[in-house]
Amino acid sequence: MTDRFNLYRFASPATFYPLAGTLIPYFAAIAAVFGIAGLYVGMLVAPTDFQQGEGYRIIFIHVPASWLSMFIYLVMAGWAAIGLAFNTRLSGMMAQALAPTGALMAFLSLWTGALWGKPMWGTWWVWDARLTSELILLFLYIGYMALTAAIDDARRADKAGGLLLLVGVVNVPIIYFSVKWWNTLHQGSSVNLTKSSMAETMLWGMLLMAMCFWMYSIAVALMRVRTIMLERERHTDWVKAILAGGEQ
Amino acid sequence: MLNIVAAVAGRDLKLAMRRQADIVSALFFFVIVVSLFPLGIGPEPDLLRKLAPGVLWVAALLATMLSLPRLFADDHRDGTLEQLALAPHPLGLVVTGKVIAHWLVSGLPLALIAPVLGIQFDLSTDALLVLTGAILLGTPALSGIGAIGAALTLGLRGGGVLLSLLVLPLYIPVLIFGAGAVDATVSGLGGEGHLSLLAAMTCASIGFAPWAAAAALKIALE
Amino acid sequence: MIYWNSFSDFLAMGGYGLYVWGSFGVTAAVMLIEPIAVARHRKTTIARLKRQLRAESRTTAE
Repeated sequence: MTDRFNLYRFASPATFYPLAGTLIPYFAAIAAVFGIAGLYVGMLVAPTDFQQGEGYRIIFIHVPASWLSMFIYLVMAGWAAIGLAFNTRLSGMMAQALAPTGALMAFLSLWTGALWGKPMWGTWWVWDARLTSELILLFLYIGYMALTAAIDDARRADKAGGLLLLVGVVNVPIIYFSVKWWNTLHQGSSVNLTKSSMAETMLWGMLLMAMCFWMYSIAVALMRVRTIMLERERHTDWVKAILAGGEQ
Repeated sequence: MLNIVAAVAGRDLKLAMRRQADIVSALFFFVIVVSLFPLGIGPEPDLLRKLAPGVLWVAALLATMLSLPRLFADDHRDGTLEQLALAPHPLGLVVTGKVIAHWLVSGLPLALIAPVLGIQFDLSTDALLVLTGAILLGTPALSGIGAIGAALTLGLRGGGVLLSLLVLPLYIPVLIFGAGAVDATVSGLGGEGHLSLLAAMTCASIGFAPWAAAAALKIALE
Repeated sequence: MIYWNSFSDFLAMGGYGLYVWGSFGVTAAVMLIEPIAVARHRKTTIARLKRQLRAESRTTAE
């Protein structure tokens, strides 16, 4: 019983709001450290790729952005599951705070993918299985954001959005494999970029940058969730106290 | 259990029969969209044969979506839906009945008229058969997945457009395998594999989607 | 340790400069603009909530 009590206490916006406020600068600082280290390794130390020349350096942001776009969707679905199962208020807020960052990651993944594809494949866009799935993932993010924005009642928006996320997360693997199969049938790009053996420094650069993107996403999502909390809980005493206290 | 499903499906069918104009409109929408493509692309038979599966399937996706906003809206407006939600039998069964009725008035007519449109695209008899089979097998999945979207957007402003944003990405696997079946037949590879995957998807979505839609309805009715 | 011979080599990226810097530039811009936009949205939200709170307390006082 006490465990449950603690969980609820932690999940209550009044406790989470100041906690998020203290954590944001740390996550931002860690993101900056990883970013600098990753850029140093990836851009300055890592040798050139003998197949792709210097153009391959785009993977130091392309791969982290793609990972994060998928990971954030999973995290959102995880929050949605918690929210629907335990009816916690925090879950829906976290999912909504993460969505724009996830969508931006998907966009960055597509953008860098296009800029990579142009010199490597000779076109800005190929209907490669991974790029296509990433595009569909962006559509899923847009659908989620459109749905939650269209519902005025915050509780309904949380629950309906959560259900959509769960339906989406079940469908993502099906979509991915069907797109992959479609791609092999239609003989898309024959270039497989992951097959080229990767130098250890390249892998390190990519991992460092992925950490940077991850920490960045947490920091921005926490920033956003704090605003959502103020807005949603504006009639509660703790928000009134904060507003009266002159928080910037 | 089956009684409930059959009763709801029968009731919805009866209501739909009073609004035959809606069914016919959706059907003509399908016919017109498909007929526009040769006008936009040009009448070359080789090109049309290649495009036919994709064109017919995309038009079918759009046509089945036309009637989705109405799936729960009428019952919601007159309060029937709330009564159904309060009734002792599971709401998922009610939704299953509605999905079946929706397929009978939206998916089935498409499958019946699709071969006629396929002739416009110079498809062979084999390909026409597979096309009909694929639409028959695939459209129930569309009705099922669409029901989730319809339930989530119930009573929202701009519901129709929002519904298409939510549902169309989820339709992609059906599109790929539905068009793939016809494509494979045209190119002589045989579409059986695609058709069995379509059938699997339909079974899965008929089994699961109504329950997800029922959960969405409960959220909307709270 | 450092792989590049000169700064201009680094900028040229072996002829892929446009693509590499186009990717990194847009990513940097997004990661700069997003927090700024979030912070600005937070400021306007707080200002609006404060106004509403004041308006509410005035009506209850009367």
